[in-house]
Amino acid sequence: MKQFKHLIKPYIVWSVILIVIPLLLIALYAFTEEGNEVLTLSFTWGNFAKFLEATYLNVILKSFKLGLITTFICLLLGYPLAFIISRFSERVQSTLILMVTIPMWINMLLRTYAWMNLLADNGIINHLLSFLGISPVTMMYTDFSVILGLICNFMPFMIIPIHTSLNKMDKSLIEAAYDLGANKVQTFVKVIWKLSIPGVVNGIMMVFLLSISTFVIPKLLGGGQYMLIGNLIESQFISVGDWNFGSAISLILAVIILIFMSLMKKMDKQDE
Amino acid sequence: MNKLIELKNLTKNFDDQQVLRGINLDIYENEFLTLLGPSGCGKTTTLRIIAGFEEPSDGQVLFNGIEISKLPPYKREVNTVFQKYALFPHLNVADNIGFGLNLKKVDKSVIAQKVERMLKMVGLEGFEKRDVTLLSGGQQQRVAIARALVNEPKVLLLDEPLGALDAKIRKQMQVELKKIQQEVGITFIYVTHDQEEALSMSDTVVVMNNGEIQQIGSPTDIYNEPENRFVAGFIGESNIIEGVMIKDYLVEFDGFQFECVDKGFEDMEEIEVVLRPEDLDIVDPEQAKITGIVRNITFKGVHYEILVETDLRTYMIHTTDYAEAGREVGLKFGPEDIHVMCKMGAY
Amino acid sequence: MKKNSKLSGFYLGLIFFLMYLPIAVVVVFSFNQSKLPVAFTGFSLEWYDKLFHNSAMMEALVNSLILGVLSCAISAVIGTLGAVGLSRIHWKSKGILEYISILPLMIPEIILGMVLMAFFYMLGLPFGMLTLLIGHTVFCVPYILMEVKARLVGMDPSLEEAARDLGASPFRAFWDITLPLIMPAVVSGSLLAFAMSMDDVVISIFVNGPRLSTLPIKVYTQLKTGVTPEINALCTIMLGVTILVLILYSLVGKHKGGKNEQTDRA
Repeated sequence: MKQFKHLIKPYIVWSVILIVIPLLLIALYAFTEEGNEVLTLSFTWGNFAKFLEATYLNVILKSFKLGLITTFICLLLGYPLAFIISRFSERVQSTLILMVTIPMWINMLLRTYAWMNLLADNGIINHLLSFLGISPVTMMYTDFSVILGLICNFMPFMIIPIHTSLNKMDKSLIEAAYDLGANKVQTFVKVIWKLSIPGVVNGIMMVFLLSISTFVIPKLLGGGQYMLIGNLIESQFISVGDWNFGSAISLILAVIILIFMSLMKKMDKQDE
Repeated sequence: MNKLIELKNLTKNFDDQQVLRGINLDIYENEFLTLLGPSGCGKTTTLRIIAGFEEPSDGQVLFNGIEISKLPPYKREVNTVFQKYALFPHLNVADNIGFGLNLKKVDKSVIAQKVERMLKMVGLEGFEKRDVTLLSGGQQQRVAIARALVNEPKVLLLDEPLGALDAKIRKQMQVELKKIQQEVGITFIYVTHDQEEALSMSDTVVVMNNGEIQQIGSPTDIYNEPENRFVAGFIGESNIIEGVMIKDYLVEFDGFQFECVDKGFEDMEEIEVVLRPEDLDIVDPEQAKITGIVRNITFKGVHYEILVETDLRTYMIHTTDYAEAGREVGLKFGPEDIHVMCKMGAY
Repeated sequence: MKKNSKLSGFYLGLIFFLMYLPIAVVVVFSFNQSKLPVAFTGFSLEWYDKLFHNSAMMEALVNSLILGVLSCAISAVIGTLGAVGLSRIHWKSKGILEYISILPLMIPEIILGMVLMAFFYMLGLPFGMLTLLIGHTVFCVPYILMEVKARLVGMDPSLEEAARDLGASPFRAFWDITLPLIMPAVVSGSLLAFAMSMDDVVISIFVNGPRLSTLPIKVYTQLKTGVTPEINALCTIMLGVTILVLILYSLVGKHKGGKNEQTDRA
């Protein structure tokens, strides 16, 4: 159909103004000094140099560490779950997958807040513990609570892509493996796992990206002093007001993400 | 020939649906046996039970006299060629073929040798390192066959293996499959809904419908002496007419008595008669008992397909003679062209 | 395929239990008499009452609703135009355009929020409803665009050609044939977008300005200081709304499926 080609025009205008230009703007901010006007740009590497200070480097290392731990645990718990779901009949599967997706619809604040109820010093878990005669444990505002929150929020993003790749796998491939003499374990290692790697890679990318860039969850479950990359960016823009430095951190985050994605893509290709 | 597989009173239910209703079948060594029938007749289920992918609800599967119906597929001496080949997309041609041997921890150099020999047999020399997903349908088919045969099974199961190929390659593969079977000298159990494929390749054809075996026999038996209306209708085109067996060698239908070559029915038993369209000839009305008007004539390439309407029914005739529509003609056939079979209630 | 064992059933149950338990706790304690969320002391609607009399909360709710409806309506128009437009062009740059179209969902929310904040500041836009609205359309449009695009891919292109063949003008063919067929996708995409807009914290924090507050922002600021039963009540209501939207979404989806079957049969 040749008609209505021009329908695309308003969309192009919209996406250039609101997506492309603003993104380019950030690069501009990152490489310029504070307080400049459009006409008096002075370029600098200073914003990136500032980032090399120990405090900031530690933030990025910690974000990385938490991101990797979260991703790893999500994979460890999510893969078996996706695998189990994929072995039910189609009808049961769609119900179970719906149950996995529903939490994604529920407000992230609500999901995070729900854990605050449970983990607080005078919360339900500690109450139960004291009931059993165990002295209360501090769980809120620790690495534990933050990681727990990240896992619970992002687990569906691991399960769904893995389930998709397991589900669309031709069942006769598994039968073929049995037919050729592979037992259950061999079939899993040599066929099922290998063929689900694209889903695993997708899941790892999603969970890692989400957990490395979040700031709401660490703020609520880690407390005001808890700093991850996301919190650092937020504080630079909202409270400190050093936008140039904030932009530089964002740019670094974006670069980290790009490197990570291309690494994962490479792994994916190699395995194929 | 030795009996290799015996199916004894095999039944299978999926939920409350009965897909197999008591299958009894003997399969011999070195035999090319085809399970033929329309979709949903239970032929694939039968094959999957022999392979070990399904357990029968009741009945026995004997392999060399030993019951194997509870044995998992990886412990059976049979291998399968799947409908859509089921080649592992993450492995290349050689690794796909060597998959089974690898699991048996066969020496790498031995595997390489065997793979090479298999590839040669299926006509894919030098394809070892190719990506299976980039092969044509026919080539994938050959790899699937090689992958199954390299394990030296006693029986090769083939589930509509040519279904996804186009007509020309299909013909070619039919010839080749038969050749391979003779070369390796093992039993092939072949599932198809294509009657022509079944007739041209098999030693034995098993016609199935509704979870039951309708007839077991050689291709010529099945074609020439169908045992009932279903077999006659499914194998080739035919005119099926209800009639009465007056006595041995004499049958009556359409109001006339005809000599025939069939015997062994009860006198005056109600039967059905098959007249193959190519066995009927168009003659002048005076020369035949059955006469009618030509309603339609269609050119089919080698022959004409003529529809002749009599007072009772419409006959289909395949002949090289031309007869224009509207002409009154007679239908001529000899005693050996009349195939008498038992009457079926359900059809 | 072998059936799942008891162990795997247990595992499934355990994970779902952990996923849903905290949410259930919130709902239960929203009806609790006691202020402390440790033991259920009796049924009460006290916290709901308090919530409805909290004028700041109610104002935030109204803001969120206005924002949700408006951003969803605007996004529906832009997203549909974009999807239809993308399906009609065969330019070399189509791939790039498609990539840009899902970019807002790919970039981390925080970067998107920050980018928009800087952009609005540079334009000199006053932070408030307008910036929130524009900000929300940025991430709402892709949802609608993707739904409509998927629907268009599944649509028989000869339908519109048939209408043209029967004498309809291009406009009529689009209006009478294509639009009704993609409508279910527009609606379900809009519902999705509405839910996202009502839920958004991150983008809103960056572009909301000092005076205006949406419901999620209000919740977020309150949560930073700790747990209150009032928030339990609010979260339960939000959960109810989410479930309602989900049901609507699945109903629209079913309707879509039914129509598909009809066209298949015809």
